[in-house]
Amino acid sequence: MIASVWSWLTDPANWRGAGGISSRLGEHLGYSAVVILIAAAIAIPLGLWSGHSGRGRWLISAANAARAVPTIGLLFATSLWLGPHVTGDLAFTVPSILVLVLLAIPPILAGAYAGVEAVDPAVRDAARGMGLTGPQVLRKVEVPLALPLLVSGLRSAVLQVVATATIAAYVGLGGLGRYLIDGLASGRYAVMAGGAVLVSGLALVADLVMAALQRLAASPGLLPPGRRKRRSDRPDAGPDPPHGTTVDVPAGQDREGSRTHRR
Amino acid sequence: MIRFEAVTKAYADASPAVDDLTLEAPTGAITVLVGPSGCGKTTTLRMVNRMIEPTSGRITIDGVDTASMDPARLRRGIGYVIQHGGLFPHQTVERNIATVPLLLGWDRAKALSRARELIELVGLPAALGRRYPAALSGGQQQRVGVARALAADPPVMLMDEPFSAVDPVVRDQLQEEFLRLQSHLGKTILFVTHDIDEAIKLGDQVAVLRVGGRLAQLAPPAQLLAHPADDFVAGFVGRDRGYRALGFVAATLPVRPERTVALGSTVGAGEGWVLVVDDGRPLGWLDTARHPGPVDRSSLALGGTLASAGGSLRAALDAALSSPSGRGVVVDDEGRVVGTATPSDVIAAIEAQRAESAAGGGAP
Repeated sequence: MIASVWSWLTDPANWRGAGGISSRLGEHLGYSAVVILIAAAIAIPLGLWSGHSGRGRWLISAANAARAVPTIGLLFATSLWLGPHVTGDLAFTVPSILVLVLLAIPPILAGAYAGVEAVDPAVRDAARGMGLTGPQVLRKVEVPLALPLLVSGLRSAVLQVVATATIAAYVGLGGLGRYLIDGLASGRYAVMAGGAVLVSGLALVADLVMAALQRLAASPGLLPPGRRKRRSDRPDAGPDPPHGTTVDVPAGQDREGSRTHRR
Repeated sequence: MIRFEAVTKAYADASPAVDDLTLEAPTGAITVLVGPSGCGKTTTLRMVNRMIEPTSGRITIDGVDTASMDPARLRRGIGYVIQHGGLFPHQTVERNIATVPLLLGWDRAKALSRARELIELVGLPAALGRRYPAALSGGQQQRVGVARALAADPPVMLMDEPFSAVDPVVRDQLQEEFLRLQSHLGKTILFVTHDIDEAIKLGDQVAVLRVGGRLAQLAPPAQLLAHPADDFVAGFVGRDRGYRALGFVAATLPVRPERTVALGSTVGAGEGWVLVVDDGRPLGWLDTARHPGPVDRSSLALGGTLASAGGSLRAALDAALSSPSGRGVVVDDEGRVVGTATPSDVIAAIEAQRAESAAGGGAP
């Protein structure tokens, strides 16, 4: 069994062509990217606004409750409902995207909201008291401080969407889900297992990429003390050893610099 | 000058937080607002930079009604220091300090060089500028908070319990340096604290507020201690206010000459307590009954406080009471022994001072 899965995965012929692994991987990533972009465009502003203003908290609860709706059921329901109104390929694409977007919104929304909401009230108070306007408080203080949680929300959304995008194949679309559905239908279990391996591998890689992004997104000042290059247990230390200076500070400054340019 | 004119802050379903407050914080002086929890002192402070809007009344800064100004612009012109520093954890110390200058549109290099200047002004090592706040101790964070408030050189500063979250030793140090800084800068400062000792130490004038946001008394610290307006103020300024009031009275003591001996010289068992000095500076008292013979550093009794010749009666009394020999050591500006004073000498000086001020008609 393992040998046949291996030989299916490593046969170059299976990677080529319209139905080949490469194009299926591409489709899968394409769907996932579109879904995450749409979900982020909706959920990040909403979550930031809710955390900043303290209003609309019901949105986060509602989104979390909506997670209980089974994705497959929702997919069939929306396909049946939208089918008569939409023509061509869109009749299948729109429901799949819609369902996956609904799946991706709650973790992103919760991450953005929790990130802003967790900002120390003293920090927010100081920011306002020094004369930052509401939007400046959000942009210069709350968003940078919320980034680690916001990106962590995005990360779990990415993981879920990549793993769940297989269902698009149920309504006749591409992606790695094709191997699961077609393999099952035709009794080619090596193909099914191979598809499952590919989906898991892709999800793992996507998660690793997001983990790296998460570390990059956080200001060095927000890392736990153990992961900071400089020790917090010697606050009175004099001039720094050249190492600490070259490793830590330029990284922070670069980001500061690029932010100023964009302004 | 900050002026409160009949300012009231009321919330819909509660008694007023601040009730008909009229108060002046003079230019270049520290005005301390002090009172128990719920007296509205923080509310009062936060109405100045419109973090809280008054229900009625008027607040002016140098004659300009704050209500007529855009809140964000108003705040950029007022230094603001809060209890836990409120530093931005994602920005370096330098960048934190440069916040207001950058908001005001200063050029980046100028703002950062101003920040580095302030790091030194508040007594921090220059290397800290590139650190993040999490790497700093509580006391250091408070210093950065003060530096950040001073960055754009605002004429007015609002300070909300800035030193209350640090340990007593650091707090003392921060208070001393704050006074040193203020003596150079001469800012108009409104300072909130719940600690009457801090109020008396820092304030040029102290406003005592009672619960419900009413002004109980506004007076310089010495007057507050000597003549509290009513029982509430008397109770609030504390039980040992008589003793603390001595801190504001200069000592004119009849100092007794004291025989001093140097390390290594020989003393006899019958000489009682002798004062051991090194180059005129006191090292400690020696009990000759227990340690006769050559004077050795290890047999000295330490721990007595010193009074300076031009210092307060409080320091003189404390030196007399804490001395193992019963004689308080008085030193000159260089730290050299001038002589000693006993507790009864100090009490006599207190009584003499009292009689004098009664005769002069100074006190009721």
